[in-house]
Amino acid sequence: MKERLQQLQQEALEKIEQANDLKALNDVRVAYLGKKGPITEVLRGMGALSPEERPIMGALVNDVREAIQRALEAKQATLEQAEVEKKLAAEAIDVTLPGRPIRRGNHHPLTRVIEEIEDLFIGMGYTIAEGPEVEQDYYNFEALNLPKGHPARDMQDSFYITEEILLRTHTSPVQARTMEKHQGRGPVKIICPGKVYRRDNDDATHSHQFTQIEGLVVDENIRMSDLKGTLREFARKMFGEDRDIRFRPSFFPFTEPSVEVDVSCFNCGGHGCGVCKGTGWIEILGAGMVHPNVLEMAGFDSKKYTGFAFGMGPERIAMLKYGIDDIRHFYQNDLRFLQQFNRV
Amino acid sequence: MFVSYKWLQEYVDLTGITAKQLADRITKAGIEVERVEVRNKGIQGVVIGHVLEREQHPNADKLSKCLVDIGEGEPVQIICGAPNVAKGQKVAVAKVGAVLPGNFKIKRAKLRGEESNGMICSLQELGVESKLVPKEYVDGIFVFPSDAPVGADALELLYLDDEVLELSLTPNRADCLSMIGVAYEVAAILGRSVKLPTIELHENNESVHDYISVRVDAQEDNPLYAGRIVKNVKIGPSPLWMQARLMAAGIRPHNNVVDITNYILLEYGQPLHAFDYDRLGSNEIVVRRAKEGETIVTLDDVERTLTEEHLVITNGKEPVALAGVMGGANSEVQDDTTTVFIESAYFTSPVIRQAVKDHGLRSESSTRFEKGIDPARTKEALDRAAALMAEYAGGEIVGGVVEANTLQLKDVVVTITLHRINRVLGTTITKEEVANILTNLQFTFTEDNGTFTITVPSRRRDIAIEEDIIEEVARLYGYDHLPATLPIGEANPGKLTPYQAKRRKVRRYLEDAGLFQAITYSLTNEAKATMFALETAEPIRLALPMSEERSVLRQSLVPHLLEAASYNRARQVENVALYEIGSVYLANGEHELPNEKERLAGVVTGVWHAHVWQGEKKAVDFYVAKGILDGLFALLGLENRLEYKQAKREHLHPGRTADMLLDGKTIGFVGQLHPIVQKQFDLKETYVFELDLEALLNVEVDDIRYTAIPRFPSITRDIALVVDEHVVAGELQKAIIAAGGELLKDVSIFDVYKGDRLPEGKKSIAFSLRYYDPERTLTDEEVTNVHEQVIKAVEQQFGATLRG
Repeated sequence: MKERLQQLQQEALEKIEQANDLKALNDVRVAYLGKKGPITEVLRGMGALSPEERPIMGALVNDVREAIQRALEAKQATLEQAEVEKKLAAEAIDVTLPGRPIRRGNHHPLTRVIEEIEDLFIGMGYTIAEGPEVEQDYYNFEALNLPKGHPARDMQDSFYITEEILLRTHTSPVQARTMEKHQGRGPVKIICPGKVYRRDNDDATHSHQFTQIEGLVVDENIRMSDLKGTLREFARKMFGEDRDIRFRPSFFPFTEPSVEVDVSCFNCGGHGCGVCKGTGWIEILGAGMVHPNVLEMAGFDSKKYTGFAFGMGPERIAMLKYGIDDIRHFYQNDLRFLQQFNRV
Repeated sequence: MFVSYKWLQEYVDLTGITAKQLADRITKAGIEVERVEVRNKGIQGVVIGHVLEREQHPNADKLSKCLVDIGEGEPVQIICGAPNVAKGQKVAVAKVGAVLPGNFKIKRAKLRGEESNGMICSLQELGVESKLVPKEYVDGIFVFPSDAPVGADALELLYLDDEVLELSLTPNRADCLSMIGVAYEVAAILGRSVKLPTIELHENNESVHDYISVRVDAQEDNPLYAGRIVKNVKIGPSPLWMQARLMAAGIRPHNNVVDITNYILLEYGQPLHAFDYDRLGSNEIVVRRAKEGETIVTLDDVERTLTEEHLVITNGKEPVALAGVMGGANSEVQDDTTTVFIESAYFTSPVIRQAVKDHGLRSESSTRFEKGIDPARTKEALDRAAALMAEYAGGEIVGGVVEANTLQLKDVVVTITLHRINRVLGTTITKEEVANILTNLQFTFTEDNGTFTITVPSRRRDIAIEEDIIEEVARLYGYDHLPATLPIGEANPGKLTPYQAKRRKVRRYLEDAGLFQAITYSLTNEAKATMFALETAEPIRLALPMSEERSVLRQSLVPHLLEAASYNRARQVENVALYEIGSVYLANGEHELPNEKERLAGVVTGVWHAHVWQGEKKAVDFYVAKGILDGLFALLGLENRLEYKQAKREHLHPGRTADMLLDGKTIGFVGQLHPIVQKQFDLKETYVFELDLEALLNVEVDDIRYTAIPRFPSITRDIALVVDEHVVAGELQKAIIAAGGELLKDVSIFDVYKGDRLPEGKKSIAFSLRYYDPERTLTDEEVTNVHEQVIKAVEQQFGATLRG
């Protein structure tokens, strides 16, 4: 009997080994461990054994069954694994085919530049002030120390609607309006982005409609050195940490002293190249200390308060930053242009 | 302003500083030097020659054979093609081996069989612009004065070895429209002194009052009018150095008298005019406003009709000059002129600007009057002119000056403390440094314990207040020395307003939804101004548009977005999805500012989605556009307050247009472009929308509140309702929601059918309804009860039947 059991175990293990799919394996299970299988038959024949022999044989039967069972399970796992692998192999795809495109638009390059500047100044404690594009002559000119008859305000250069109303020529009227709202009390710390209009023929470098960002700080102890520090900070965040700036004296009716501000060339680092026309510097801003007449007209005591203001053109900055050669691109909305600004 | 480096040395010592270095210093101190022109365009070996003989070239009609002494041994033979070459002339000769502009080398040559050892040059051949060459020499060679030394360097005599600084002046620095003014600026920068011209005036015993009288009737326009008589002048060329300086400054030489007036204009910045005294037609000068319709023929031979806004110089009867702009032809100095009346006056800016504008006539004189001259030098300039005419035109100066003078020159005195200067600039400049700068500027001042009392010279009309002095100090101290600090004081956090923050989110959403941001023009034409407008008003027109296409302010963003779509389509970009956020302008009455309202608009056309190799392709349709908007409303927390209503709008497809209502108020539209408009813009099937962005962003929205995640299962029931085809899904859905009560959480549409399997005029809409109670598991029975109520409601309200 013992020999018989060992023989059965041997046979079963061989068949398990030979089974090469799950069905064959199941046939082996049924054949050897099923109710009608040879091991059950051996168990049935145990009644003929002596009481001493019975437990010994019983243990042996169990050992054999377990050995077969283990072998079955192991083989089953192997076969299942193989089956899965086969299935997966059949499911292989060409991963180099294009993915399902995600449709994605993007900011206009001017918005991109404007938001970057906005965020930069928000970080320095500024708020964003906005105002009307159709403006009163008073806010656009008079309140900015450009009285009627001033040569810098030729009718020919501005889009007037009536004698007193025009399309603003700069965003400075927002400064005048904001100061007026403060009723002579500082601090004022704003930047004013927006569209402006001038009576120019559209060509590669002129546009009758363009954008501006101006900044204004008015408080009791604002110094011109603060203007320099602020703009240097701006230049470094906008154009790179190793940028420097320089002031060149200039003239604007609404500031005194007035300066033009150059940033060291971000293309060549200041050695001179095509972008900076060999000078190492790029003119980027106009700025100055707010003219006392402007402060007084807006209700600020110019003996007590001082302030600085600056202004720049997002078009110019975008053109420099991205190497754009024609200002008209900004207003044609050619998708082949707009799409180029679709990434970080 | 063109500043000759060589000429400038008359007034200020430039030793040790090149023209280029000077230009850099001037630019740094505040006046931009746009460029430095090297007048020598590569010339070598051009000297003064003396034409000893001239005869006709034996083989060529238009050539002359000349024997020229060039100061080197034997005279040389030169063949010359200039019509005006003559025996006895002093001329510029490019010797053999010389180089002319353009690297043109002069070689020994044979011209029609005759030897030529060099070339006699015209000024143009030496690089002078034709418009600057004296008229008589434009078509020939330039003839030097007879005293020009043979063999001398011609370039030096012509100032062609000079460099010219081109100053770009800001309007406040009109003082630098003169050589003396520039000299003061340069002296201040370099810390050197200014050498003014010396005037030696030899008057005769006669009195000018016996010749002429002056009366000014328009004193506000002309506070000072002064004049002198110089008699016995002989009109001829001015000295070579003067001609050379004028050409360097961009003015063509004419004759000695005219050249002297121009020379003084450049030297002093004081425009002068020389009249032929004998042609004045009277013995008096009356300055007055012109009479309406009065005419004058100016020096350029143009008859000009005047108005009362123009100022004229008259002989008591008729105009002899358009004051400050141009003289009259009738009193012009001519070759036979012997007695000259020199006018030196101060005309105020507005009346001159008006004349310039009305007559489109800008001259060196008018430019200076427009920008403001220094009236303190008006009479000095007159004296200098008279002295030069005596010296270089052989004139005799009649004793005395006629003048009408109501000018009240007041000294401008500015008081400022050192403390204030440093406080505004953020510097630690010392008292001594400030004093030094003021001294270099040649401002008179006293200083007492840090307080400076400064008398501003009349040439610096731009300086009137403390800040102007601060600027002078700052620019000469050097902005490079200004420290860089950040403002000290109350610090407020910077942030966006809620509106600005939401607007940015809207932009990002639309872009992530596949739209590109466009920026179009605010100005449009009359027809497009009101097209598609949500609200219309009287069009706002520019007073002086540059073109009809950009003459009126827009009331909708859609037309220009359509133009952009069309522009792209014309360039083979067929799939366009653009949005714009921008203002529209609604008139508010003639004297009021318009209402500027911010709008959001979009245009979509072409293929919306394509994944070609997998066979997916979806064209834009109404529901694409609507889906974008649905997402936007959801982003803003408004999806339940927003309603679409079928609408009819001009320029849109009458069956495929919806108005959008927020809390029952119309705030926008979305629809397909009407085929006619589509064709007009050369587009294919296109959808547009426009929304009142302010209404959308300013509305109050509840903050986000957490609701419990469902703990119990929900039950979903589907129904297909058959209704008349005119019943709209939105209305059905509204009724279902109302009838479903608390337990009905979601209603979605999953099928719409119209066709053979339904009776004519009917359609079926299938809804999926999800029921849920947050407190417990619903029983089938409860759901069935509610569901039956829903069915009953739609049966009653719409005659709906369940589709079997």
